[in-house]
Amino acid sequence: MIPVAFDYTKPSTVDEAVQALIAGGEDAKVISGGQSLMPVLRLRMAAPSVLVDVGGIAEMNGVSDDGDHLLIGSNTTHHDVMNNALVKQHAGLLAMTAATVADPQIRHRGTLGGSLAHADPAGDLPTAALALECVMVAQGPKGRREIAAKDFFVDYFTSALESDEVLVAIKVPKMGDGWGYHYEKFNRTAQAWATVGVAAAVKRQNGTITEARVALTNMGPSPIRASSVESALAGASASADAIAAASTSAADGTRPTSDLHATAEFREHLARVLTKRAVAQAAGV
Amino acid sequence: MTETMDVTGSAIGRPLRRKEDARLLHGQTNWTDNIQLAGTLHMAVLRSPMAHAKIAHIDVSPALERPHVVAAFSAKELGELNGAVPCVWPVTDDIQMPPFHALAVDKVRHVGDCVAVVIANTKYAAADALDAIDVDYEPLPAVIDMEAALKQGSVAVHDAADGSLGTNRCYDFPLKPTGDGSFEAAVKAAGDDAVVVKRRFINQRIIAGFMEPRAVVASPMGMSNEMTVWSATQIPHVLRVLLALVTGLPENTLRIVAPDVGGGFGGKLQLYREEVLAVQIARHLGRTVKWVETRSEDMVSSHHGRDQIQDIQIAATKDGKLIGMKVDLLANMGAYLQIITPGIPLLGMFMFPAIYKMDAYEFSCTGVFTNTTPTDAIRGAGRPEATYAIERIMDELAAELGMDPLKLREMNWIKNTEFPYTTVAGLAYDSGNYEAATERALELFGYDELRAEQEQRRASGDPVQLGLGISTFTEMCGLAPSRTLGALKYVAGGWEHCTIRALPTGKIELITGTSPHGQGHETAWSQIASSILGVPVDDIEVVHGDTGRAPYGMDTYGSRSLAVGGQAIKKAAERLVEKARIIAAHQLECSPDDLDFIQGEFRVKGDPAKAQPLAAVAFEAFTAHNLPDGVEPTLQAEATVDPNDFSYPHGTHLAAMEVDVETGKVKIRKYVAVDDCGVQVNPLIVEGQVHGGLVCGIAQALYEGVEYDSDGNLLTASLADYLIPSAADLPSFITDRTETPSTTNPLGTKGIGEAGAIASTPAIINGIVDALRPMGVTDVKMPATPENVWRAIQAAQGGAQ
Amino acid sequence: MTHVPISVTVDGALYEAEVEPRSLLVHFLREDIGRVGTVVGCDTSNCGTCTVLLNGRSVKSCSVLAVQANGANVLTIQGLAEGDGNWHPVQQAFKECHGLQCGYCTPGMVMSAVDLLQENPSPSEEEIREGLEGCLCRCTGYHNIVKSVQFAAEMMGGK
Repeated sequence: MIPVAFDYTKPSTVDEAVQALIAGGEDAKVISGGQSLMPVLRLRMAAPSVLVDVGGIAEMNGVSDDGDHLLIGSNTTHHDVMNNALVKQHAGLLAMTAATVADPQIRHRGTLGGSLAHADPAGDLPTAALALECVMVAQGPKGRREIAAKDFFVDYFTSALESDEVLVAIKVPKMGDGWGYHYEKFNRTAQAWATVGVAAAVKRQNGTITEARVALTNMGPSPIRASSVESALAGASASADAIAAASTSAADGTRPTSDLHATAEFREHLARVLTKRAVAQAAGV
Repeated sequence: MTETMDVTGSAIGRPLRRKEDARLLHGQTNWTDNIQLAGTLHMAVLRSPMAHAKIAHIDVSPALERPHVVAAFSAKELGELNGAVPCVWPVTDDIQMPPFHALAVDKVRHVGDCVAVVIANTKYAAADALDAIDVDYEPLPAVIDMEAALKQGSVAVHDAADGSLGTNRCYDFPLKPTGDGSFEAAVKAAGDDAVVVKRRFINQRIIAGFMEPRAVVASPMGMSNEMTVWSATQIPHVLRVLLALVTGLPENTLRIVAPDVGGGFGGKLQLYREEVLAVQIARHLGRTVKWVETRSEDMVSSHHGRDQIQDIQIAATKDGKLIGMKVDLLANMGAYLQIITPGIPLLGMFMFPAIYKMDAYEFSCTGVFTNTTPTDAIRGAGRPEATYAIERIMDELAAELGMDPLKLREMNWIKNTEFPYTTVAGLAYDSGNYEAATERALELFGYDELRAEQEQRRASGDPVQLGLGISTFTEMCGLAPSRTLGALKYVAGGWEHCTIRALPTGKIELITGTSPHGQGHETAWSQIASSILGVPVDDIEVVHGDTGRAPYGMDTYGSRSLAVGGQAIKKAAERLVEKARIIAAHQLECSPDDLDFIQGEFRVKGDPAKAQPLAAVAFEAFTAHNLPDGVEPTLQAEATVDPNDFSYPHGTHLAAMEVDVETGKVKIRKYVAVDDCGVQVNPLIVEGQVHGGLVCGIAQALYEGVEYDSDGNLLTASLADYLIPSAADLPSFITDRTETPSTTNPLGTKGIGEAGAIASTPAIINGIVDALRPMGVTDVKMPATPENVWRAIQAAQGGAQ
Repeated sequence: MTHVPISVTVDGALYEAEVEPRSLLVHFLREDIGRVGTVVGCDTSNCGTCTVLLNGRSVKSCSVLAVQANGANVLTIQGLAEGDGNWHPVQQAFKECHGLQCGYCTPGMVMSAVDLLQENPSPSEEEIREGLEGCLCRCTGYHNIVKSVQFAAEMMGGK
């Protein structure tokens, strides 16, 4: 219940944050809302030398319209993401997914950037980011770089961020007309992490699915796109049968673990069933 | 003279809002962790990371180098102060009771076993210094599975070299009638007409999950030689006796206070090692010592519950009349015996026959040591396990016989006209009306409509199937007649005490030996006393949970507080009135027999203008200026009551369960609970007890189960992995009561604290199995997680192919 | 670890203190300034007993560092309706509907309910249940807690 002692610094610009990370070395850690980090600290599963609190960096807050995409500051809380009018209008899948994260208290503190950088394979938001093909804006000693979602989630609790990089913002491409979406989260209790989750975005035209994006939560070391389902859906009729047929391959290429809450075999089964349900919802079937 | 007492305007039976709530709702609380005395030292406990190991080497001295550390102890440094925690229920003469020291000596036997402690000026410093303690463990093979533990050649949790028997068999308890009473004979006698159904049920291990973590503050800084111990406990009185025995401190210098206690559910019915450690070290250092557990510590160190393998056979004639039952249990003790660990399954022994009539009953139980956290009482303690088995197998028998499960129950239960009834297990049920409770439950449930919907869903192949689960349960609570406890080798009695003082200012002080931790005793006990004394409920203050202010009591567990403690309140109040009557008669210059006691005042019969209120009598008793000869000053009375019998609440619970056959996820569509706890003192509190009990049982059915890996690591080691349901996982409940007063209890009351927890688990599982029976499913492993349900379907369909 | 100076307004009063960076807000409240009405029930952010309002929104005070609350306004169960005889409608409703038994989850439940009702003044039963999913209770089975929040919503004019 008591974290190991650490130092604390609260920079007011991204530059200062990067400098603090460099100064802190390997064991420096970024904290913002702290909702992923605090449990880890309380259980002494991590012992950072210094926490760099980016929560006071104004640039990292809020949602703005940036042409063909939204720019969401990393510090934007889940609560703000789920209630933001721009997000609801242009990236409804993200708002819907944010609403499934943990509970209201945690959504008031927890941030979008924090959830993505934590790269928990059971996290919901990485899956939505992958389905939406978000782009992460990171800043390090060498300046800013952009990392596509598909390259960002590397392994269990490992993102592509370097230890001296700060995730500043997330670019979320706007979904155009004709897209439907759904996040289907399956957990044992409302508080529990997703056993499996499926984020689906489907573009429909005249009774046909023209494009589909399906991403899976907790089906491997990082979120994964169900690409064979996506290809099977492209051009398929927006019907229950076609969706069911396409969903049978949802677990292909996944590497789920067996743990206390489900075996790998059951997770594969769930991936198929939940993909069918998520896509059907997204397609309005 | 009770006929003259006013019961018409009685406070009994009214849903009064609780007196406790104003404080609790404003954060004006007194949890043990809130006690912050100047100069307090903080204790942190180093726990074993291994399920079974030899402590090859331990050195606490590096911890002393850490900042703010005052002392550190392993078993070696603690020496004589390392007391052994007792078990007070040796259920057989040859039970194996290995020593259980506060700090492990030479060996650790479960993950979480206490190895050493650090004492520091701050709790942060104490926690920091734990990792400085140097321990070398030599791992030993761990035994987790009960059947493996009983096999020849299994590693022994307490081996011969430790001075134990070298077997994991803690005890064998047989209840084996011979001749016609035996199960085999009864089945044989029925010949071809006998149908025998045999099942193995696993009643999984659970944790109590009280929201307030355990905590203790031991302070030798009291008045005179007193050692004051605040503890988050259900049992301050029992604790006082046991701590005196364990520590050798004179009992008359120990004061135990259970301040605000945040839930217990049996989990705080215990003498814990940390309590012994805090007291011993406080005494040794002459300083106040405080320990508050983290939730992660709680998961490995507060006792667990349930954990039985139940082999049960039930026999009936082809038309459904029960013949007999045979039950063979393996009960997991864990690594050590705690306060009543071995006795828990025996509380269940009496309950397997439940509300049903049969002629033959056999029972056996083997207690088994494993390298796991010790087990002990959790809400229901033995009766939920028994009720689960009987109510589950009644459904299985009904399926075997092709009968409606409700019809089968009705055919075999004890009729209302047959009470009192002595069951095949030897209990004399005083009262009950299973017909009335069931009728009311069916009415509230809409049984026929739901059955019709079930048919329709089955016919249409709906991916969400519907099942109806029944549980017509009874239980024995109100622990207990002392002689019965003695006969069962339980070391203590089952009486309860109450003292009532009428103070000179007219206020009433009611001192109870029960120790509430959420049950609302302050309100309910005031209602009982008010109904007899005629004093407003708000003028009665209930004192509890402090051996300094309430010296006698047996505390709160086993749904005993009202069933037993209520009797003491009634008797003490009546005695107080009788003493007051004598004083009042003297004041009013009449004979005591000429006085009516109505609405809190003594009135002269035929001359009601001549009256004296109880408050005035109390003042007379205080000044003592004009008391009748031979009457002592002060107005108070006490009573210590030993109950005549257990209490037998019952009820009918019905659950409509929706099962998603694709994902295995289940949902409670509707839950009806009609309980009969006799006379209700406060129906609002009764209903709250029912709700909480229901969710305890539902949680076992659907969500909760302690899991170890084969090395004895606890996998459900935090609330992130041990899933306690939240509001979002549960429905609202439909509840009602029938009222069949107890005939052995002067208030007509029965216990209600555990009823919901006992009844609901089989209702839920019966509902799930009922939904899936056409698919060939005959059982679902608890907790009925989506995967367990899905696997039951897969297995049944695989079997069908 | 150097101590860090912070100033936090808690239940209307300003507190200035020096804390270790690792100090949890809940420990600051309970041990540094003696606001022991807010309690701790777990170490994994599940139980919600430590819920307070931080700048008006419900948070778990075990999951916020005290230094992160520097300059903030904290409202605890003790500040909701201070003074003899003062009750917040949510507190009143919990008493009226028997929405508590042992009272340990109560500070978190009440503060969560206050937040829920300020965001959604007339929630459905489902919205109440989901809105309280961050708090665990072992006594009530939640039935009467849900009723309490419904009753509070009515009293506060939400319905």
